[in-house]
Amino acid sequence: MKPYNPEQISRHMSRLLNWILLLACLTAGQLSALYAAESDTPLHAAAELFKSKKFDQKYQAIQLLESDGSEQAKEILVALMDSRLYTLKRDQRLIMLGRRSGSPGAVDALTGDSVGDVARGAMNKITLNNRMRSQIRNALAMLDLRNPDRLKRLAAVNQLLDRPDAASAALIQSLLEQESDEQIREAMEIVIALGKLSSGDKTERLAAVELLDGNIHPAVRNGLLKLQQSTDDEAFAAEIKQVLDNIKATLQFYSLVENIFFGLSLGSVLVLAAIGLAITFGVMGVINMAHGELIMLGAYATYVMQLLMPEHIGAALLLSIPVAFVISGLVGIGIERGVIRFLYGRSLETLLATFGISLILQQTVRSIFSPLNRSVEAPSWMSGSWEINSALSLTLNRLYIIAFCLLVFAALFLVLKRTPLGLQVRAVSQNRAMARAMGVRSEWVDAMTFGLGSGIAGVAGVALSQLTNVGPNLGQSYIIDSFMVVVFGGVGNLWGTLVSGMGLGIANKFLEPWSGAVLAKILVLVFIILFIQKRPRGLFPQKGRAAEG
Amino acid sequence: MGLLKLLQQDRGGQVFLGLLALAAVLVPLLNQLLPESHALHLSTYTVTLLGKYLAFALLAIAVDLAWGYLGILSLGHGAFFALGGYAMGMYLMRQIGERGVYGDPVLPDFMVFLNWDALPWFWYGFDMFWFAALMVMLAPGLLAFVFGWLAFRSRVTGVYLSIMTQALTYALMLAFFRNEMGFGGNNGLTDFKELLGFDLQADSTRIGLFVVTALMLALGYIVCRAIVQSRLGRVAVAVRDAEDRTRFVGYRVEHVKLAIFTFSAVLAGIAGALYVPQVGIINPGEFSPLNSIEIVIWVAVGGRGTLYGAAAGALMVNYGKTYLTGALPEVWLFALGALFVLVTILLPRGLIGLMKRRGATS
Repeated sequence: MKPYNPEQISRHMSRLLNWILLLACLTAGQLSALYAAESDTPLHAAAELFKSKKFDQKYQAIQLLESDGSEQAKEILVALMDSRLYTLKRDQRLIMLGRRSGSPGAVDALTGDSVGDVARGAMNKITLNNRMRSQIRNALAMLDLRNPDRLKRLAAVNQLLDRPDAASAALIQSLLEQESDEQIREAMEIVIALGKLSSGDKTERLAAVELLDGNIHPAVRNGLLKLQQSTDDEAFAAEIKQVLDNIKATLQFYSLVENIFFGLSLGSVLVLAAIGLAITFGVMGVINMAHGELIMLGAYATYVMQLLMPEHIGAALLLSIPVAFVISGLVGIGIERGVIRFLYGRSLETLLATFGISLILQQTVRSIFSPLNRSVEAPSWMSGSWEINSALSLTLNRLYIIAFCLLVFAALFLVLKRTPLGLQVRAVSQNRAMARAMGVRSEWVDAMTFGLGSGIAGVAGVALSQLTNVGPNLGQSYIIDSFMVVVFGGVGNLWGTLVSGMGLGIANKFLEPWSGAVLAKILVLVFIILFIQKRPRGLFPQKGRAAEG
Repeated sequence: MGLLKLLQQDRGGQVFLGLLALAAVLVPLLNQLLPESHALHLSTYTVTLLGKYLAFALLAIAVDLAWGYLGILSLGHGAFFALGGYAMGMYLMRQIGERGVYGDPVLPDFMVFLNWDALPWFWYGFDMFWFAALMVMLAPGLLAFVFGWLAFRSRVTGVYLSIMTQALTYALMLAFFRNEMGFGGNNGLTDFKELLGFDLQADSTRIGLFVVTALMLALGYIVCRAIVQSRLGRVAVAVRDAEDRTRFVGYRVEHVKLAIFTFSAVLAGIAGALYVPQVGIINPGEFSPLNSIEIVIWVAVGGRGTLYGAAAGALMVNYGKTYLTGALPEVWLFALGALFVLVTILLPRGLIGLMKRRGATS
């Protein structure tokens, strides 16, 4: 809160200021001499050095400010970094402009007194170069190292990691004892070791190299690489090379882990999309080409739920799981009762009829929601990532997808193995006539099985809505992949679907860096086509004695 | 004489070929002789449209040969059609020569655009029509042969085979969308100028293409009819109805399947080659699984296992498509979807089957 309006002041006092200006010009020489006399504190010395045009002097100035370490020194450094530090032309005073442009008032950098508004032409900017910028950044980091806020200290250490030098290493050494946080201590030790790398003592350097063995921070690698190029000592170079190789191996291991993780998350998507199909196609033997559209309905259910509950995105997402299950399940039962039941035993015709249904569903959605893609918001707890170390961080939404996929799989598995419905489904799929003779209502079981498979497709749609945009063509892009997963895994085998989905996902991700995403997909498709020639019943065929398939 | 004998029992075929001959004569006459103001005048646009339908009819006959007589529901015939189309398109691209936007005498525009400095090896020879015509048949034929040889030998049948063929065309679509493939990527091949020295924009060339397509359709029908009535065709029907029994009787089922499937693919390729100069473009969209499955519904609507029914179905559904996508674009997919459902449930033998049943009861 300022008791006056500087703009007014500048207007009213401009005449007065002119006089003062004149006076100041006359006495400028004496004034600067006066300031020089006062340069007993580092701040004043630095301020004097900043006025020089030579960068060497400015480097010194920054060092002085850093060693001073006061809040005021920090403020000046920040101002310098933001290009807000100027010298007044009239009396060579060092001034700082306000943080925001247009915000009033420059202040004297040393005294903190307001100097009011200064015209652009009345001051000189203190120019920066890149070396100064990095010097300032390091200096600020050093100052932050004493900050009571843990996160600030951590950020400061990480900043120093990028440009380690011997001086900062020495200072950190002194701070290390006071530091209580384990993570910060670890980072500090790396900085110290990196600093020692450039020191003259050979045993100290060797010890530092050994300390850095296996550390995967990028700064360590850069530092070691630089040292390897500059050193003349062959034994030492060999030592460094050994450590670098170790680091490389560790990094490769983590990138492998990351690739597998990506593969698993892609595989989970495939499994989610395919697992409903594994029920309808695998257990019932019904080709449902509208399966992709049932997934799409689930995704749209999520979208609608979010429209209904815009304030509670997370709750809407959780609620849309049962909603999507019910909607897709009901549509599935409708398809089964309305169309498929007339076509049992004629699988090629079923394929065509359900394809027709998929077209109708697509066009319906297109008419209701428009052909444009809709995006579904992700709740906050799904964004972000889980950082394990500097080389490996796993995005949370992918983790959730993997967990969700396994959960759905387990639930489905339990339904099929542990409930009366599951028992009847298995009975009908193994021997329909015998099951009927035992009193199983096979028609009801058919409808329920189909509803279950369709409902799972809807649940898959909820998951997919978090990964891609929701549009009428969403299902189409998954239907062929889903069939491939089911056929590859072996029809009628849930475990096969899980293994083949995950396997194909990982294979895809490992091919991608080598061949590009599209070619990877083509290669996987060609592989499956060839694989099916070799083992027409998939990875895990159902055992039986039928002469024909 | 052989031809007469072939068609003696084939009432539907006689009618079909008769109508086709009539169209081949009448359509050019209506276009050329009548003044534009006359009610029965056919514009050149309509002639080209009809030519396109006839190419589709040939494609439908190819699918019917495999589905109706061999029991293989191919969801990948669009791929063979498109491969034939691409072979023809490559010839037409080479014919552009210096008249392209970049004026390169050898490289097609899109290659200049991609900064390629030499023609890829698989584009060699396409400046000669005979080579392109050979490729029109060879490329789809070879693909069908290799695919069929692998699939039939390991006895992949029924729905599995259908899904495999769908995956095949899907993989090809993804591949052809890539610029690196050297087939124009997303945009495909277009901007054609002339075919065998005839200007593709000229009315006379368009009428000529229509007549040639009609002739090829008639020829294709007759050859298919000959196959169906031959010994090979009868074994094929046996394979369709009881594959294992045929095998146990001692026939090499996979050889029969391979022969007919490959021929069917070649026929589809020829249909594609006739289609491309008339519509003036070929792009990877032709490989999309939806296209292939649409062909199947033409055959189902007309009535499979009759050949002429498939052709009639192709003409009817495509006319409906042209009309509906123009007049009521929202309705077309509903109509197509309903067609799939209703035909499979209510008309398992298609419209021809319905007419035959009517004829039998009355």
